[in-house]
Order: sequence, then structure tokens, then C-alpha cells
Amino acid sequence: VTLLLVSLGLALASALVAALLGPAAGERAGFRAATVGTLLACAVGLAGALQALLAGAEGTWALPWTLPFGAVIVGVDPLSAFFALCATAVAGLAALHALRSCDPGRAASSAPPRAGDLPRAARFASLYALTLAAILGVVLARDGVLFLVAWEGMTIASWLLVGHDEARPEARRAAMTYLIASHVGAAALYVLFALLARHAGGFGFEAIAAAGPMAPALAGTAFGLAITGFGTKAAFFPLHVWAPDAYPAAPPPAAALLSGALSKMGIYGLCRALFLLAPAAGPAPATWWGALLVVVGAVTAVWGALNALARRDLKRLVAYSSVENLGIVALGLGLGLLGRAHGLPLLAYLGFAGALLHVLNHGLMKSLLFLLAGDVVAAAGTGTLDRMGGLLRRMPRTAAAFLVGAVAISGLPPGNGFVSEWMILTAGLRGAGGLPGGAATAAVLAVVALGLAGGLAGAAFVKAYGVAFLGAARTPEAEAAKDPGGAAGAAVLAAAALCAFLGLQPALAAILPGRAAAALALAGPEVVASAGGFGGVAVMAATLLALVAGLTWLRARLLRGRAVREGPVWACGYEQVGPRLQYTASGFPEPLTGPLTGAVPRRLDRAGPDGYFPAAAHYLDRMADAAGEQLVVPVVRRFVAALGRIRALQAGRLQLYLLYVLATLVLLLAWELVISP
Amino acid sequence: VNLLSAILQPALHLVLLLALPPLLPGVVARVKAIVAGRRGPPLLQPYRDLLRLLRKGAVYGAGTSWVFRAGPVVSLATALCAGAILPLGGPAPLHFAGDVVAFAALLALGRFFTVAAALDAGSSFEGMGASREATFGALAEPVLLLVLTLLCVAAGGAGGAGGLGAAGFGDVLEPVGAAAAALTQPVLVVAAAALFVVLLSENSRIPVDDPNTHLELTMIHEVMVLDHSGPDLAFIEYGAAVKLFLFAALLAHLVLPFPAGPWAGAGVLVAGALGAAVAVGVVESLMARLRLRRVPQLLVSAGALAALGLAVLLQRGH
Repeated sequence: VTLLLVSLGLALASALVAALLGPAAGERAGFRAATVGTLLACAVGLAGALQALLAGAEGTWALPWTLPFGAVIVGVDPLSAFFALCATAVAGLAALHALRSCDPGRAASSAPPRAGDLPRAARFASLYALTLAAILGVVLARDGVLFLVAWEGMTIASWLLVGHDEARPEARRAAMTYLIASHVGAAALYVLFALLARHAGGFGFEAIAAAGPMAPALAGTAFGLAITGFGTKAAFFPLHVWAPDAYPAAPPPAAALLSGALSKMGIYGLCRALFLLAPAAGPAPATWWGALLVVVGAVTAVWGALNALARRDLKRLVAYSSVENLGIVALGLGLGLLGRAHGLPLLAYLGFAGALLHVLNHGLMKSLLFLLAGDVVAAAGTGTLDRMGGLLRRMPRTAAAFLVGAVAISGLPPGNGFVSEWMILTAGLRGAGGLPGGAATAAVLAVVALGLAGGLAGAAFVKAYGVAFLGAARTPEAEAAKDPGGAAGAAVLAAAALCAFLGLQPALAAILPGRAAAALALAGPEVVASAGGFGGVAVMAATLLALVAGLTWLRARLLRGRAVREGPVWACGYEQVGPRLQYTASGFPEPLTGPLTGAVPRRLDRAGPDGYFPAAAHYLDRMADAAGEQLVVPVVRRFVAALGRIRALQAGRLQLYLLYVLATLVLLLAWELVISP
Repeated sequence: VNLLSAILQPALHLVLLLALPPLLPGVVARVKAIVAGRRGPPLLQPYRDLLRLLRKGAVYGAGTSWVFRAGPVVSLATALCAGAILPLGGPAPLHFAGDVVAFAALLALGRFFTVAAALDAGSSFEGMGASREATFGALAEPVLLLVLTLLCVAAGGAGGAGGLGAAGFGDVLEPVGAAAAALTQPVLVVAAAALFVVLLSENSRIPVDDPNTHLELTMIHEVMVLDHSGPDLAFIEYGAAVKLFLFAALLAHLVLPFPAGPWAGAGVLVAGALGAAVAVGVVESLMARLRLRRVPQLLVSAGALAALGLAVLLQRGH
């Protein structure tokens, strides 16, 4: 815990340094100092997390400091250490990338350099470090009040990150949506912790877990609140609406941090809540907990994948795939809970371990993809897939890394995403055979949803890869794109290498979340040992690579000395095949999304040109999120309208406010004197 | 004796996997010819075609990259790797808990690269085929997984540890086969029907796709590989044959009772695979292909069929 606390302190210090040094010694100095500090914090944090995970250093420490209602208690257990590992790994990779891509001196950021660019780099680095510190704080907190303080700090720092590019209206809008959604979620968490504290008589996590069994109704309510509150951060359907706007609005390294590490805090919170709501000593969780998570996860995963497939903007596509993957994590957690509910520790272990491993895997591959998307957008000068094309020849390194990420995130072997999805699917298949009727149906639902989401995600990423990187360049800008160099390239290659490594060494990968999952599943070492198949997956991946290498060699051998030439591609005898004949990002998914316009609606906004002397004309073709439009917006509208009545209280007159103060005082006095005794 | 079977079984598996697949398209073509009143090409014609292609040079589309060249290699490699996982009348050389999932994922990887290679050609025809393949593949995958789930549930807790069901082909197919398969378990007939639809769709057969069509606009798989030639085309054709063989073998395991012993098992498997090829040929002769908009409905109905079977199984409490 010492190393992790040092890491937290370093991150805080970096934030402070940037904030102070920025105005004093120039933006670039502040930016660089803070980013290097963040990197250092990540390295220390990574070491601390690994030490805690592998050497089993755990414990709780109460710091001599008081909080109103709470206490400053920090601690490390396998769950904390695992999430700290994910967060520091992702934050480190993204910070390394930022060292190049956000450097005010190099100005390779997504927008063309503007006058307002320089003063903000130090602020960006400061907020980035602050977000990391808050994430570590959330992970380490062992007291409800401290947890909520860190949670709020995380929300506010990341809100400023989303809205960092404040000159753009869509960034401001996305940041506002994110802030509101986060606070709706946080409201549920306040109620949750208040309920828990009332039950246990204190906010400390240990006290809550030891407070004895809760009434089923209370536990159920608390679980529902946890899903709502933490699910908002994890972007579960239909509370995901903030995510596809927020990630693309943030600068690429911040998007990687948000999606790769921060949204995972929702999952962390959910797991932590399970320790509190369904402790080992208490009764098993009800079946409906797991079933609810499976249903939420299934809808989220399929919804995210379908929307990713429909998007034509690279960053948005990647953002929706985050929604999908958090749904997959929820499926794993749901299966784990079903295993807990029915006393099947192996199923519980497979589900929880798959979910946690997917958290790590998704963190790595999503930060890889967001960083690459940032590079591509910066190089091609646009986020629209249909204005890219042929980037593979211009950006070979980026293209190779993107292929690794695309295969991995589609859950295909030998990528790391396959390993965790394989664990969750295996849990589903085995659960379907071992669980009783209703719970088995939930397991089947998990399998089908994962299959459908996987198929759709594969289609989405083959589309993104094909349209952006393959074929011929569709615009002159795409023709002139170049690989980013330096730290950005190194960060991306490191992330891709980690994805490949975890995919090829599944047994090693499964060690990392192993103890946390065993604790969640109440599974002993013999159960963990019986969760086999990792060796088989490794052999399969090796066989596959050997076959690919062998066949490539065979083809080269066969073609040696024979005529190998290039010819025009076949287009029905038409020889002038130009880039405009290529399939587009909107055409590719049409057979699937065309009949589903209700789910992935297309909004056309066009005006003019009309009349003999046409004035300004515009044409805007965008995809909308049906869940946002039809589920969330009406509810929010109604809520706001209802609140409008209360606004009469806020009349804007000082005298009235003074009256309120007086009335409150009188009421309180009356309470103290008359009612209370 | 044990040592012998330890060598014999994998060797037999390998021979079956490598040698038998091209026979299946030959059988399909012969059945279609007979139904149409023609004599048709020789049964071994696909082998000759493959050899001929392997002896040729290659022409690559202008402006294509290494992804285009990787497509044929990966599609064949994934099919062969999936073949190492699937039991062919006896235990597979590579088996592990959850290999059922790996089987589906390997085939999806092959599709990913075939589609990427098609998009790399940069022609609208190949893009069109890629789009359709991605669509139908995305829909076929959950159906395949549903069928596999049904198998896992039907096999019951036979091979499963920790009070769970099984999820390995070895644990799933052998109990099912020993129980005289579909003959005694009506649910398996339903599963077989759903799997047959997936077979037709995944292998670009009528009524989903027509391998013999000459109009690019109506093609799916064929149009994606238009620009491959020579050894690349041989890899693709061979890989497609292996994939057809794998689905036929899975179907055979579902429907036929499998006796113990490597030779007898292999014999039943060959008979079953050829029988599946005959069935494909008959379907191709008797049906027209569906309109493209109808294909998703076909796949969804197959999924519904499998879901129905599963519901019956779960209702019965396995």
C-alpha cells in the first residue's frame, strides 16, 4: 500500500506542479514536468499493484486524519490491486502518448494549432494527473465517505478533461451531459452508502461487511442502487448516453484514460459493493441479482456493438465499442453472481475472473485504439472514415498496431480479448448445463448476447479497418498522412505488444485477476486450479500462428520463379477503378442497420439551396442514439419540467433569501426546543 | 495397444482433415448433376482444380497491401486449426475445456481476414461481398453458439466438473454420440436442423449464396475472392472445403451414433460427412436462393428453432 500511496502522492504532486509551473515557467515546462511526474506515478503504482497482486501484500491502514462522518482508512486487497494495475497501466501508456501528441511545442493534437492552444497544455497535464490520483483514491478508499470524496474528485477532474477543448461547442455539450449523468449516478451512490451506514452504524467498509446479514429487501434495494450508480460510470444501457459523446470530445490520451481506466471504476464499485452486500459469511445473493446483471449486460453489449457498426466516425465507433465491452464485463459479473447464488464456485470463479480479465484487456486494447484513432484523426485531418482510406501504406506502424487492436477487441484469437471472452462464454455454456431452469436461461442469454455482440463488433472493426486503412486513399489529406513518431509510436507499440502477449499467454494473464476473482466467488484454490483450458488456448494460438507462418512460407516457395504481377482489380471489365468506387463506411453495415432504422436512426438535416439566388445551404447526416432519444431525453424533459415549479423559490431577490434563512433558523430552533426533547 | 492408438488416432484425424474435404464439393456437384439429369464432373475434380491452381503464378490487384495477401493464408490456417479442435470420429488432437468457443472464434477470425482482404481490393464488388459476408456472419455466429449451447446442455453434467455442464467437444459429442444421438433425443433433431442452416449460410450455399452464379451483383463469397489467383485461390478453395467438412462432421456427430474405436469412428464420420454433402446437393437442386433481405430471417428462424430446443431441455431439467 505504501507504493500505491506514493504513486497517488506523485500524481497529486504532478497536478500541483503543472498548475503552479504553468503560469510561472511557461506552459511547456509545466506540461512536461507534470507528464513525466504522471509517468513516474504510474511506474510506482504499477510496481505497487504487482507487488500486492503477486506477493500478496495486503492490509488496511487508518491514517491519523479525520473526515466529517468518516475516517481516512486506506487499504489494499487483490481487488484494489488489480484495478490499480489496470488504471496505472492504461494511464501510463496514455501519458507516454500524450508526451508527444499533446506537447504544445510539437502541436500534433487533433485540432490545428490555434492561439489558445498553448495555455492549456499544462492545465491538461494537471487534470490528467488529478484524474489518475482520484482513481487511485477510489481504489484505495476503505471508508464510504472517503470513497465518495474520491469519486466526486474523479468525476470533476474527468469532466474538465472531457470539456478541455472548450472552444468546441460539442465538447462543452458532451462535458455537460457527462457531468449531469455522473451526478445522477452519484446520487444513487449517496443513498446506497447512507443505507449501508444506517445498517452498520458507520461508513467503514469493514464495519459494513461485518455488520451481519441484511434483510433481503434492503440488500436488494442496495444492489439496485449500486447497479444504477456504478452502472452510470460504467455506461450500462440506457445510462450509456454520455459515453459516445464524451470519449470523442476528450483529447485522445484523456479518452484512453476515461474509457480504459475511469469507466472501469464503475465495475470496481460494483465488485466492492458485492463484498459489502453479499459477504462470505452472509446469505448468498438472490438469483435475480445475477439475472438482472446478465440482462443489463446483454442489452448493453448488443446495443453498443450495433451502434458501433453503424457509426461513420472513427472515434465514435471506438467509443460505442467501449459501451459494448462494459456490457460484456457485466455479463461475466452476472454469471459469477448466478454461480454464487446457486453455490457453484467454479461458475462464479469463471464468471468473475473472465469479467475482471476483460477489464484489464479492454483497458489495454481500448487505450491502444483510442490513441491510434487520435493519431489517425490528427494525420488525416478528419474523423470521418469515408475521408480516410489507404492509410496502411502511409502509416504502416499505426496500421499494424490497429490490426492487433481490432482483432483483439473483436474477441478473436490470438488477441487478448479472446481469452476473457472465452472465459465468459465458457462460463455461460457450462452454467447452462449446471444451473437450474431460470438461471440457466440467463446463462443462455449471456452466451447468445456475447455471440451476437462479438459478431457485430467484428463487423464494426473490420469495417473501420477496411475503410480507413485498406484500399486506396479517398482524399488528398489521407494521401499525405504520416506515422507519428517518438513517444506516441512507442506507447502504441507497447500497448499492442501487451495485447498480443496477454493473448498468447492466457495462463499468465489469468493469474492477475485470479485472487480477486476467487475472493468474489468464494472459491478455494482447488476450484481455481480446476478452471482449466488455458494451456489449450495457448497451444491453439501457437498452432494458429505456426500455420499462418507455414502457409505463408509455402506460398512464397510455390511462387518462387513464377510470374507474379499486379493487375487491375475486377470491376466488371471497367478498368478505371478509382477510390470513389470503394465501399463506404455507411454502405458497409447497411444490410444490417438498414432494416433496423428504429434502433440506429439516421437524422438528415438539410436546407437549400433554394430559389434563383440560393443563400447558405447545409447538409448534415448524423446517426442518433435511439435509446438516448426515446428513453432518456423524455424522462429528463419531464423531470426538468417538474422541477420548474420549484424554481419559483429562486426569485433572485436578496430579501426573499434572507427570509428563507430566517425561516430555517426558526424551524430548527423549534425542532430543538419543542419536538426533539 | 495404447501407444498405437495414441499415434493412430491423431494420424487418422490429420489424414481425414487434410485429404477428405475437397471430396465434398465434388459430391455436391455430382448430386446436383444427377438431379438435373446430367453426368457432371468427376468426383475428384476439386482435387485436380486445386493442384492446377497450386502450379500457377499469381496476379495481385493493383494497390493492394499485405492484408490482401494475408486473407487466403489466414482463412485456411483458421479452418485447419479449427479442424484440430473438432473430434472427427474420435477425440481431437487438441482438446480443452471451452474448446467449443474457440472453434467458433477461429472461424470468425477467418471471416475477419477474408472480409479485410476483400476491402483491400478497393473495388465496389468486393466491398459488397464483404458487407454481406460480415452481415450474415454476425447473425450466424449467435445461432452457431446456440446450437453448441444446446449440445452442452444435452450432454448434461457428464463431463463437467464442479457441478457444471460441459463445454468441451470431447465431453459434449461423445455422450451425445453414445446415446444414439438424434435417433433417441428429438431435441437433437431440432439442433441438427438449425446447424444445417448455419452450415448452408457459413459455407455460402443455396439458399443463402449461390457458388455457381456468374453475376457479381448476386454473389457473396465468390465476389470477395474475385481478385485472388494461383496458390492464393487454391488456399481459399481448400479452406472453404475444410470449413464445409468441419460443419458436415459436426452435423454427423449430432445425428449419427458413433461406435468406439478409431477405425469404426472414422468410417461413420466419413459416411456422415458424405451424407451431409448429398443433403447440401439436394437442397441446392431443389431450392432457389432467397432474396438477400430474407436471409437474416432464415438465420433468425434457425436461432429460434435452437432456442426452442433449449427451452424444452431446460424445462425438462436436462
